[in-house]
Amino acid sequence: MSLASAGTDRLRGMRIDLKTAGPLVALILLCVLGYSLNPLFLAEGNVSNLLTRSAFIGIIAVGATFVITAGGIDLSVGSMAAFIAGMMIIVMNWAVESMGVSVGTVLLGIGCSLILGIGAGFINGFLTTKGKIEAFIVTLGTMGIYRSLITYFANGGTLSLDSDARQIYRPIYYDSLLGIPIPVWVFIVVALIGWVLMNRTAFGRYCMAIGSSEHVARYSAIKVDRVRTITYILQGLCVSLATIIYVPRLGSASSATGVLWELEAIAAVIIGGTVLKGGYGRIGGTVIGALILTAIGNILNLTEIISNYLNGAVQGVIIIAAVYLQRGSFRAGRKKTPAQ
Amino acid sequence: MSEATPDGAILSASRVSKSFGEIPVLFSIDFDVRPGEVHAIIGENGAGKSTLIKILSGFEQPTSGSIIYDGDRAVLPPNGEAEARGIVLIHQELNLAEHLSVTDSIFLGRELHRYGLLDLKTMRERARAILDRLDVRVDPDARISSLSVADKQMVEIAKAINRDARVLIMDEPTAVLSVAETKTLFEQIRRLTEQGVAIVFISHKLDEIMALANRVTVLRDGQLIATMNTSALTPDSIAQMMVGRELSNLYPPKKEPDVDAPVVLSVRGLSAPGISNVSFDLRGGEILGFAGLIGSGRTAVAEAVVGLVVPEEGEISLNGQPVAFSDVRESLAAGLAYMTKDRKGRGLLLNMGLEPNLTLATLPKHRRGGFLTASSEHQALERAVRRFDIRARDPSVGVGQLSGGNQQKLLLAKCMESDPDIVIMDEPTRGIDVGTKQQIYHIIAALAAEGKSVIVISSEMQEVIGLSHRVLVMREGRMAGLLEGAEINEAEIMRYAAGVKQGEVS
Ligand SMILES: Nc1ncnc2c1ncn2[C@@H]1O[C@H](COP(=O)(O)OP(=O)(O)OP(=O)(O)O)[C@@H](O)[C@H]1O
Ligand SMILES: [Mg+2]
Repeated sequence: MSLASAGTDRLRGMRIDLKTAGPLVALILLCVLGYSLNPLFLAEGNVSNLLTRSAFIGIIAVGATFVITAGGIDLSVGSMAAFIAGMMIIVMNWAVESMGVSVGTVLLGIGCSLILGIGAGFINGFLTTKGKIEAFIVTLGTMGIYRSLITYFANGGTLSLDSDARQIYRPIYYDSLLGIPIPVWVFIVVALIGWVLMNRTAFGRYCMAIGSSEHVARYSAIKVDRVRTITYILQGLCVSLATIIYVPRLGSASSATGVLWELEAIAAVIIGGTVLKGGYGRIGGTVIGALILTAIGNILNLTEIISNYLNGAVQGVIIIAAVYLQRGSFRAGRKKTPAQ
Repeated sequence: MSEATPDGAILSASRVSKSFGEIPVLFSIDFDVRPGEVHAIIGENGAGKSTLIKILSGFEQPTSGSIIYDGDRAVLPPNGEAEARGIVLIHQELNLAEHLSVTDSIFLGRELHRYGLLDLKTMRERARAILDRLDVRVDPDARISSLSVADKQMVEIAKAINRDARVLIMDEPTAVLSVAETKTLFEQIRRLTEQGVAIVFISHKLDEIMALANRVTVLRDGQLIATMNTSALTPDSIAQMMVGRELSNLYPPKKEPDVDAPVVLSVRGLSAPGISNVSFDLRGGEILGFAGLIGSGRTAVAEAVVGLVVPEEGEISLNGQPVAFSDVRESLAAGLAYMTKDRKGRGLLLNMGLEPNLTLATLPKHRRGGFLTASSEHQALERAVRRFDIRARDPSVGVGQLSGGNQQKLLLAKCMESDPDIVIMDEPTRGIDVGTKQQIYHIIAALAAEGKSVIVISSEMQEVIGLSHRVLVMREGRMAGLLEGAEINEAEIMRYAAGVKQGEVS
């Protein structure tokens, strides 16, 4: 037989397009709906606001795509974000007190965030791989720990960043580069790196292999534990990046920070077409998933048809519908082929 | 009873064709089976055998043509209705839920009840009885996941026997069974045919076909070549019909091994779960056969050597250097490759395409500047397809949809991708047709001729005998004997494997 490589290539390209198309179509429909309900939806200010908001969940979800693709799950990201935010503020306030305020203060905070994120990710990864505890349990545990730590450090209230330091830090959330807000830039860069990592490196292939079958991966000379741990570290790094752009927004952190982010991140990943039980990951889909989730909240804010309090309910319906449609289309596709 | 007419047939297919998407795999096939007979289907890998029996049992719908069951045109839906009506299929790939117990699996979907609750006691007893009849020594309460592949297959057979089948269809049931297990299976099949059960049987082992079948249907590339009475056939004539050419010399001539060749792999006193005190040497250019019954510890030796299992005791050295591999990456880097016998559970990612499977263990080779290069992977696949004659009508489908034999060839190709100096092949020709077997034997011989060393673990005695320079026989986790030269024959191997004879073990 002949394997026309060009043919294979084209086939594969088309398939990915078709599969990615679902969430994309949903996003476009949502935009049309938003615009018809309130033309302000597509106003420049609102679009840039929407994109900025989606950056938090989006960046975290890119990390979650790796964890889920490799067959894991991380429930701790929301609490982790709150905890890292709190620690950043404590460290920066301490630095302001002892050394006065400067750009260095903010850099110190950022460095602290990166170290904590990577460390927290490593702990999750280490406990699931070397400790052989299920990821669900490990991250349920660390989720509780971080949430309780931030409550403790904030003494049940709110930690606020020193106002001078906040003045220096502000631009990271509020400024734009070439007309695009900085958080959106970070999101774009994270997503691009994530896409390359997933689709163009051995690491991404290993994640998919491990998620499909850990046994096969082990027999195929893949260091399963190491790859798994790296996915959690990536997740921690993504949480850290999201927190770095989140802190200057409000300049504070409390036990209410980042609540339910883990669910939104996982939802974005699943809406985007990544398979929850692992083995198949799509960064592009995740980005769209994050945009869809944010757009829903935004549309509800702009219209009065449905109460804003029902945001969660609408998101829930959309998530279930998205997954149902994906599965349905999978089935239909399969049925159709033999029937021809 | 001599002519092949559907008269008296219980189940028949009339002008059945099947396409998957645009790809035709069966062309207008007529097939029938009568009560009390064994009708074998043979053909090359990908000929369409599994597809035909899936149509016969309702798991696939024919694109055109019809199925006649019990004299009536039948539409058999894939929801198990066929099974309720007495057509039971044992799939080529094992189909058991890994977390259920043996009893649960045997009674799955037909649980016995008592006062509205599950009658666990009776079910366990019946399961015990069926397993005893099949001579299977597994605990009815054991989890499926803890069983060996052969035991899983026997549980599948027990499950089918428990279904009161009128037509029992078996897709390569013996591929994972040892000689003894095959024998008990055949006894059960004969018992069933005496009761009037119709049996459809697929196998690549021609001697089995000759021993068991009343009639043989040969498929080639989705076409029906012939349906004949077995008495009119010889293994050679079947093989010829199957591949469409004459098959001479299944085994390549053995090249005398070089006695002065250096020892490349040396194992001393190796103990690990399931094995104890195994020692052997492997020389450059040598083919060392591992014979023994299923479960005799051959796989455990291989897994301990390549670092999949941590040995409890013993020394392994490679080219004179002591080594202790802790995972496959290390052994692969040292030029030692292991090909698993469990292609579905350990060997291939069934949901992925051919290319990612082929290159999975050797991805670093396809990197340039840290990124994977698609063209280099394409080329690897093209090479492998040519070298191992992998037939995928649509190379972009998931590997799970390849025919069983082609999956096996892909696995072999994957194992050879790392260009190893020492290869351990565990059941290398499981589920492979005779034509391809010949090709693979020649590949193995060619490797040895190049100076590479090969360990062939096989339950097919002929294969071990036909290929190996020396044969190590294992029994219950220990070495029973090491045979050389003229000692390598079936009787001698059996004697050691069954424990009649005990060799001097260094
Ligand atoms: N679901 C499917 N989708 C697409 N192609 C399929 C599917 N199932 C089988 N095929 C193709 O149909 C052909 C016949 O496959 P089949 O499994 O019937 O072969 P077989 O004769 O059983 O071979 P083997 O001896 O290797 O088991 C193969 O080319 C296979 O790739
Ligand atoms: Mg088959």
